[in-house]
Order: sequence, then C-alpha cells, then structure tokens
Amino acid sequence: MIAEIGHYALVLALGLALIQAVVPILGAQRHDARLMGVAGPAAVAQLAFIAISFAALTYAYVVSDFSVVNVYENSHSAKPLIYKITGVWGNHEGSMVLWVLILALFGALVAMFGRNLPATLRANVLGVQSLIAAAFLAFILGTSNPFARLVNAPLEGRDLNPLLQDIGLAIHPPLLYIGYVGFSISFSFAIAALIEGRIDAAWARWVRPWTLAAWIALTAGISMGSYWAYYELGWGGWWFWDPVENASLMPWIVGTALLHSAVVMEKRDALKVWTILLAILTFSLSLLGTFLVRSGVLTSVHTFAADPTRGVFILAILVFFIGGAFLLYALRAPQLKQGGLFAPISREGALVFNNLFLTTACATVFVGTLYPLALEALTGERISVGPPFFNLTFGPLFIVLLLVVPFGPLLAWKRGDALGVAQRLTAAFGAGLLGIAVTFAVVEGGPVLAPFAVGLAAYIMVGALIDIQERCGFVRLPFRAAMRRAGGLPRSAWGTAVAHFGIGVTLLGIVAETSWNTERIALVKPGEVIAINSYRLTFDGLANRQGSNYRDIIGRFEVRTDTGRPLGELIPAKRTYPARNTTTTKTALLTRGFSQLYISLGEPEADGSVTVRLYHKPLVLLIWIGTLFMVAGGVLSLSDRRLRVGAPQPARKQGSAKPSLQPAE
Amino acid sequence: MTRRQRRLVLIGGSLVVLGLAAALVLTVMRETVVFFNSPSDVVERRLEPGTRIRLGGLVLPGSIARGDNLAVRFEVTDGKSAIPVAYTGILPDLFREGQGVVTEGALDDGGVFRANSVLARHDENYMPREVADALKRQGHWRDSEAMATSKP
Repeated sequence: MIAEIGHYALVLALGLALIQAVVPILGAQRHDARLMGVAGPAAVAQLAFIAISFAALTYAYVVSDFSVVNVYENSHSAKPLIYKITGVWGNHEGSMVLWVLILALFGALVAMFGRNLPATLRANVLGVQSLIAAAFLAFILGTSNPFARLVNAPLEGRDLNPLLQDIGLAIHPPLLYIGYVGFSISFSFAIAALIEGRIDAAWARWVRPWTLAAWIALTAGISMGSYWAYYELGWGGWWFWDPVENASLMPWIVGTALLHSAVVMEKRDALKVWTILLAILTFSLSLLGTFLVRSGVLTSVHTFAADPTRGVFILAILVFFIGGAFLLYALRAPQLKQGGLFAPISREGALVFNNLFLTTACATVFVGTLYPLALEALTGERISVGPPFFNLTFGPLFIVLLLVVPFGPLLAWKRGDALGVAQRLTAAFGAGLLGIAVTFAVVEGGPVLAPFAVGLAAYIMVGALIDIQERCGFVRLPFRAAMRRAGGLPRSAWGTAVAHFGIGVTLLGIVAETSWNTERIALVKPGEVIAINSYRLTFDGLANRQGSNYRDIIGRFEVRTDTGRPLGELIPAKRTYPARNTTTTKTALLTRGFSQLYISLGEPEADGSVTVRLYHKPLVLLIWIGTLFMVAGGVLSLSDRRLRVGAPQPARKQGSAKPSLQPAE
Repeated sequence: MTRRQRRLVLIGGSLVVLGLAAALVLTVMRETVVFFNSPSDVVERRLEPGTRIRLGGLVLPGSIARGDNLAVRFEVTDGKSAIPVAYTGILPDLFREGQGVVTEGALDDGGVFRANSVLARHDENYMPREVADALKRQGHWRDSEAMATSKP
C-alpha cells in the first residue's frame, strides 16, 4: 500500500511538472500574471509529492518490504538501519528518485526565495526547471520504477553491495547530487535569460549564489567520495581517473569557471554571453555524467544492449536539453548586449585566463573519458586511457593556472599592473623558493619535480594570505585600524582567500602523497614485526568476529615508533557477506599529524599468516583538508551574498554613471 | 588598445592555448593508450614483447601457482588460447579460478605476460566488460557463466 502511494505520488508529480513546464512560460510570453503565478505553488507541490514518494521508498527499505523488487535486490533484514536508509539511493532506481527530489527541492527553493525576481524571469526559470523534472520523472516511471512489486514476496533480500555498506554512502551521493543537480538552476536561469533575450548584472547576482551553493556541495561530494574510495577500496589510492569520477569532475571544473565568470558579470557587466554558455555547459556535463553512470554504457555495453530503453531514454533527454539549449543560444546570444571593456592585464583578464584554462582542462578530461567509448563504438577496438594520460594533459594545464591564482585577486578591475602585483607577491615568491629549497634539503628521494610542486603550493598559500594582508594593511597601518579593516572586509573577499588557500593545501597533500608514499607488501606470521619508515608493526595474529550481516577475519597489529613508544593498534579486516557471498577489505588507519599509516589485509593463509598491504602516506589528509578550506571559502562567500541582498550596489551605479564604458554593439 | 585589438588578443590567446592543449592531448594519447587484447588476440596478432597491453579473460582453473614473496603465476584463457601470466603482489578480493580478470603489463621474451597490475574492478556480475565481450566473441559466454556460478 505504502509503495503504491509512493508510485502514485510520483505520477502526480509528473503531471504537476508538465503543467509547471508549460503554463508559466506561456504566461511570461503573454505577461499574464495569473498563468505565471502557477509556477510557485506548483514547484512547492511538486517537491511535496516527490518527497512523499521518496519517503514511501525509504519506508519500504526500513521495514524490509521484500515484495518491492528494488528492496529485495538491494537490502537485507539484518542490515543496520543506517544502511537500510542509505540503501535507498545505493541502486539505480532509488538514486534517480533522489536525483529528482533534489531537482524539485532546488525548484521549490527558487519559488520560495526568489520573490524579488522579476515575474517573467521567475516564471521562465521555474518552467525550465520543471521541464527537466518532467523528463526525469518520465524516465523513472517509464524505465526505472522503484516501486515495482514481486508476486511472491521472498523472505530475505539479496543485500546491498558490500562496498556500499559504509557511512560514505550516507554522505557522498546526496552531496554529489546536490552539486550535480544544483547546477540545473544556473542552467534554467541561462535558458530563461535566452528566452527573454535580456540579461544584466542583476541576473548574475541572482545566479551566483545558486551556482555557489551547488559548487560547494559538489566540492564536498567529490572530496568525500575520494576519501571514501581511499579507505574503502584498500589500494591506498584516492583518485583513479575512472570515468565515473571524471563524470563528476567535469561539471566541477566548468562550474568553477562559471563561478568566476559570474563574478565578472556581476561586478563589471562583461562576459555575459560566455557566462550563459558556461551555465549551459556545466549542467550539460552534469547530464552527461548522469548518462555515463546511469545508462550502464561504462560498466558494460552488454547492459546497455540488454536494457536499451534506459540508455536511449537518458540519451534522448541529453540530446533534447543540450541540443535545445545550444540551439536557443545560437539564435539568441547575438542579441545580448556586450558590455564592460577591459585590458588583457586586469582582474577580468585574470578571470578570463582562469576560465580558459579550466575549460581547456575540462576538455582534456572529456576527451580522455569519451574517446575510448567513441573508438569502441566506431571501430570495436578496446583501449584504456589511464592516469598517465590525465596526469600529463590535465596536470600541466592546471599548473599554469595555479601559477596565476595569486595574481587574480590582487589585480585591479579594468586595467591592472602585473609588475606591481608581482612586487606585492614578493613574499609569496620567497615562500615558494623556500619551499623548494627546504624540500630539496630535507626530503630524500621522490621525483625531481616534486620540490617545485611543494614550492608552488607554498606560493599559492602565501599568495592567499597576501591578498588578505593587502586589503587590511597589517604592517602599513596601526594594528587597530588594520583589524577594523579586516572586520569590514566583505565576506566574499575572505571566501576567495580561504578557497585559494585551500588549493595550495590540497596541492601540498597531493604532491606529498604521490611523491613520498611508502608501500610494503609482506607475508607476516604471528609475532613477526614489519617496519615502515620510522614505525614498527607487530602482528598479534588473526581472529574471527561476527557482525550483523557479515563475518570478519580481523588482524591485530600493534604499532610502535622505532624507539619503542606504543602508538596504538591497527585492526584491518576481511569482511564476508554471506547474502551475496562476497568479500571486501576493511582497511585500518592510524593518523599522525596529517600523515597516515594505512593497512589492509590480503588472503589469510592456513598457518595463521597473512599478506598485508601497508602504506605510509605523508600529509595525505591535507588533500581533503584543502577541499574543506575550499568549501569553507564557498560558504563564507555565500553568507556574504545573503547579507547583501537589498543593499545598494555601488559598482552598478558607477557603471551607469559612465555609460561611455559600455558601448552597445 | 582598441576594443577590436583587445578582442583579438583574447581570441588569439585562447586559440593558442587550445591548440597547445590539443597537441598535448594527441601526443600523450599516442604514448599512454593501452589496448585491450584477449589471449587469442595476443596469439593471432603476434604482439611484440614489451608492448604494454591489457590482457583479459578467465583465470584457467588449476593454473594458479603461488611462489615466494607474493609471486603468483596463472593462465588467462578465452577458451581458445591461454597465456601464462606472472605477477607479484596481493591479488584482488575477487580473484578466483574460473573468474574474469583483467591484467595490465607486457609479454617478456619467453612469452610470459609480466603483469604490473591485476584489476579488481568488476561490474555487478563480477565479469569485466572486456572479458565478457571477448568471451562472447569466442562463443564461450554461456560456458563461462556456468563456470562462474559453479564456483561458490
């Protein structure tokens, strides 16, 4: 019964979405306030119905209703409650329901918080947003019904894929989807602007917080996913350049570009046409990511062939929205007024540089991810494009970009002074050189280029500090005055500096981990000692442990420093799930500062010995701590935006006072 | 600079960057791409020793021989040909006789495939996609399924 309610609610949501996709846009064309007024309540009601549907599915999971196919295939009555709930989106159908839930949530948020938007813009945005929702609701109902029933309900379910039975599943997919799907708002805004044929700085001010919110969630989601893969897969890697990962990275890169170009548009009324294009591209890449992951085209051409409806359906959605958006763009973009002239060396110029390199870097990832698929489709030849490709193409482009990062915020708008900025960055250059020198002096081994990368990281971090220092003037001015200026700095300025600082932190973590990672693979007998760097691990033997729906074989390792000081115990496990007869490796981690000892078990032998994979990963935590800085920077910037709503916009007044700067073309 | 010149600088700069990136992608692609081969491909194409490839198929039942220091040898088959593989390290959790496997490495002069990695990534049927397709080409898809399910 509950499942049927969920199914019915989903159908009603589709009906509402169709109405909301047509009526408000018509109303906007005719300037009919009543028709446009449909959008708001419809968006909220749509969210309510999808939420009911999602709740119904969650309920079926929590009570282990195995008469629902989806629950039977992905759950087990003995599974802990948290994994019953997270299991809702640990499968294709459920994750698509989560997808539309978040889509509807964003739509409803625009409806609720967008009351100060011009009526036609709001109606068009909600209309476009709802059109996307309608397409995906139809996809779910037509090809991936999560509420399908089994005639004879089995007594027990087939359990969730063991790799997914982890707290990571509770956090990673929802965050990732909020990011992915959140970009639909900037897409809807872009399409609405194209429909109206009008776009101004105010448009950018409305779009930026939504883009920022999505970007924050996507950053956190990707970072969380990376940490999850790191401890869950047992291979010590944190990024594999796997197509599924690339599918989430591409919207992030272009979304980052969008974030920066929206700043130019908001502050200087320039780069309008380009910003619109980026907004379309970002969500197109989100859709592409959904297609790659959900059509099964990556895991198996075979699956695609066995269930072609899904792949073809998403492909049709993809073609409709991306094709339609670009068509509209081609027709309308030339009508949009260009504005805001600037010299190549200027804040705008730096942001264009950022956009150029980000989009190019994204293009290399795009080629590396899709070329194998295209080649296979065309010639049948199988190739794999692995990490070396991405490291050698994406890497250099990003390094060039990172070199310019500290310059951007210090350059003046319109016309900047690169030499002057370079002078102000002296301390950053010094820090970079110092980083290189210290690394060469202190650390042995590793790639020759690694110290330079450490220097680059130091340069970026100090550069971000200089950005704040220059604005506050801590040395130039008396301390009190400087503090007052620091307090008066807009939060978005703090946000920029914190996020840029985070890039340096992440880079440092990446360089340290990849350059000075130590690996030991050994077969150990009980009582034996393995040494790695300055640590000594004593193997105390294997033991069995029974979990809720699994059995563990655990190994106990006592960790000491080489001086004999005890540091604790590492207990990695081999975990077997009888329901699927599958085994996973549970790694154990010991954190010391920002570095980690990482151990995972191989096959246990009959005589009680076991092979272990042991890593010392220097500064590895900085990789994720840096992304936390980026997220914090985003949140700071977002909070600033909210405070500024309704405040006067001096930048705009200035702009309109000097019309000669913005000649219409 | 006039507006026109500024725009030319912008567009010219962008084109230069894009061109360089395209050149980079093409060169790197040529050097880093690894082709997938089934054991029959390896035999038929007479691959040069030292060429990096991915070799995929089923682990031939009864062929796994473990040596000292985590050295292991096994044979990968697609039902028609079998290639001996040598690997040192921990094998993935799902590595079993009769199961699909993808290894990356190169043939040595003695015709033994020296693998640097044995891949653990599988789809939900525990059959790497390349392997499934290679087996289908050899008409052994059904056998392999029977083989896989007969193993607990």
